[in-house]
Amino acid sequence: MDLRFTPEETAFREEVRAFIRDNLPAETRERMRLGYPPRKQDTVAWMRILNAKGWAAFSWPKEYGGPGWTAIQRMIFLEENLSAPAPEMLSFNITMLGPVLIQFGTEAQKSHFLPRARNLDDWWCQGFSEPGAGSDLASLRTAAKREGDHYVVNGQKIWTSTAHNADWCFCLVRTNPTAAKRQEGISFLLIDMKTPGIEVRPIISIDGSHHLNEVFFTDVKVPVENLVGEENKGWSVAKYLLGNERTGIARLGKSKERVRYAKEVAREVRMNGKPLIEDRNFRARVAQVEVDMKALEITQLRVVSAFAKAGGNRPDPLSSVLKIKGTELLQASSELVMDVGGPQAMPVWQQELQAFANEPAIGPEWAPQMAPAYLMLRAASIYGGTNEIQKNILNKAVLGL
Amino acid sequence: MDFDLTDDQRLLGDSVTRLLSAEYGFEQRKALLKTPTGWSEALWQRYAELGLLGLPIAEDHGGFGGGPVDVMLLMQAFGRHLVLEPYLATVVLGATALRLAGTDAQQGEILPEVAAGTMKLAFAHYERQARYDLTDILTTAKPKDGGFVLEGAKSVVLHGDCADRLIVSARTSGGRDDAGGLSLFLVDGNAPGLARRGYALRDGTRAAELSLSGVQVPREALLGEVDGALPTIQRVVEAGIAATSAEVIGTMEAMQAMTLDYLKTRQQFGKPIGDNQALQHRAAEMLVAMEQGRSMAMLATMSLEEEDAAERARSISMAKVGVGQAGRFVSQNAVQLHGGIGMTEEYAVGHFFRRVMVIEHLFGDTATHLDRLADQVA
Repeated sequence: MDLRFTPEETAFREEVRAFIRDNLPAETRERMRLGYPPRKQDTVAWMRILNAKGWAAFSWPKEYGGPGWTAIQRMIFLEENLSAPAPEMLSFNITMLGPVLIQFGTEAQKSHFLPRARNLDDWWCQGFSEPGAGSDLASLRTAAKREGDHYVVNGQKIWTSTAHNADWCFCLVRTNPTAAKRQEGISFLLIDMKTPGIEVRPIISIDGSHHLNEVFFTDVKVPVENLVGEENKGWSVAKYLLGNERTGIARLGKSKERVRYAKEVAREVRMNGKPLIEDRNFRARVAQVEVDMKALEITQLRVVSAFAKAGGNRPDPLSSVLKIKGTELLQASSELVMDVGGPQAMPVWQQELQAFANEPAIGPEWAPQMAPAYLMLRAASIYGGTNEIQKNILNKAVLGL
Repeated sequence: MDFDLTDDQRLLGDSVTRLLSAEYGFEQRKALLKTPTGWSEALWQRYAELGLLGLPIAEDHGGFGGGPVDVMLLMQAFGRHLVLEPYLATVVLGATALRLAGTDAQQGEILPEVAAGTMKLAFAHYERQARYDLTDILTTAKPKDGGFVLEGAKSVVLHGDCADRLIVSARTSGGRDDAGGLSLFLVDGNAPGLARRGYALRDGTRAAELSLSGVQVPREALLGEVDGALPTIQRVVEAGIAATSAEVIGTMEAMQAMTLDYLKTRQQFGKPIGDNQALQHRAAEMLVAMEQGRSMAMLATMSLEEEDAAERARSISMAKVGVGQAGRFVSQNAVQLHGGIGMTEEYAVGHFFRRVMVIEHLFGDTATHLDRLADQVA
């Protein structure tokens, strides 16, 4: 038993770090350091730089244009990318659609969609949740009726992240409304967002941003060759997608980067006549978060190393521990950052004007994104299977309750 | 990076588990608690036969030359059964001090006896006024007749009542709280002027108050350099933290298993209480805490061989905080989910609870180590 990285792994980390340092556009890095989410063009540009290097599809095998990395290399890459801080790989393309097509797709689907997905020529979104199907996904009702060479799709999806940016949507639809078990009547379809009959309506989140959408489908014609896997077997495709390697789920690099940022700003602001960084309570709070991050880092290594050993695609139920603790730490670090800002974190400042335009800033440059980041991260324990669902998974898969 | 165990480590785990499953049932343990010593000399000899007492001792000294991972596995098994024998005091604290600071002659005299089960040790460092401060030492050692005379008192010395040889810290120079000026001495359990008052801690393990009044020791009793004992003391405490962290993992595993069993079998409102989601989620939170704690116990174990003292101390403090918090959460909720039966002396969960409680208050509690980490935030 040995927790240390091998010299090869350490060298790999150095290589990744150096590449990111030398190639990440400076403005993107600075925006993200100040807490701004990456814009669409930031993510596209960065993924194309990485794809040219062969790294964007970080979890794919070499034959599909991925780097063919080990689980540990993937973990190191994700952590370095997050702590840069750089835009994350678009998960819809890389960790969701890619592995699904590699496992279930036809040759035509693979050869057309995979290269485009890793170069972000197509921006994908995920059409799973519906107004009546959140945590209880199998109760989804969006219907797809086979008519000749097409499915005709009618229904509604909700909480569709970045649908307004998307070129394509992978969707769960009901193809057999009378199946004995509701999981048995579901299919997995690839839908071109430019198809007539699709309407995307924005949902503005509590942070003021447009990230989420409702997507309405009215008589949307989808060619049958866009079915992935067999008709009515979409639930196993979805389960594969959701159960796929989830070691990146802890997003530990992001929490680490945010805690670093909190400490950095804490040197500039004051408490009781001294820099906040010298305040005893603040330091204890940072120390506590750092302890929890260290524990999660090792738990993540254990999961990654077990995954690498199992060699297959068996989801480790301990991934749910990573999701729960990882999102708790993301939230804790965002609270830490916001609390460092104090009252300066509260105004709604014209953010873009301040940090990146010629207008003089109203407030400190570090302030505008502190509250929005905190607000947005309340979603972390809701998306990707709420943390309560993760506890249900642990109960069923590990505890046998 | 590698989380695998060697074949030897797996064999070790299996043989210890076999022995303890046979000999350390809850009722058997309760019987031991009622004996005058509070633990079993017969089992101590079995541990010696199995090689457990020589596990981390070098082969030259009759041991097996095992490392921190071996001790971790053993302590975890001891935690699952709430083993009462003076392993921590003798093999972890005592033998570590000798390994770090002992001359060849001292090691050659004592360690083979430890491995053979014929000598027990105790580490007598903390004093009543010191709480967790390692340098708050008032006991003195003054030169006399080529040797030293020790005066003072030591508090909550783990298994200090039964130790054949005690490793006693004392000031050879400096004053209260000085980092320098500390020295370690080997003191015979029967030394004239040494008085010991033994008692049980809240978990049933034994400890003692020592008073040293004109205890004369020869020059050869000095363990390590005069005035230079603090680094050794720190490393002994770190070894104690790593070992007890592993022990807490074992206790958490046991409490988690007991609690799950109870949730599945205890019926209320016509169904197992584990059907209630409120209780299911609490059980899942216990699992999350236990796994995070397990990661930290591994960190403590792996850190023991880190050469950089500051880095090692930082990892150990992180582990102490992480394991302390995990242990408190799991043990409190194990009692809570059991309801009234969890409060009874008759039922095992409360015994595990008290072991975790005692361990949290050894070698610096959660707040102490969090405070050290807070000092280092940069």
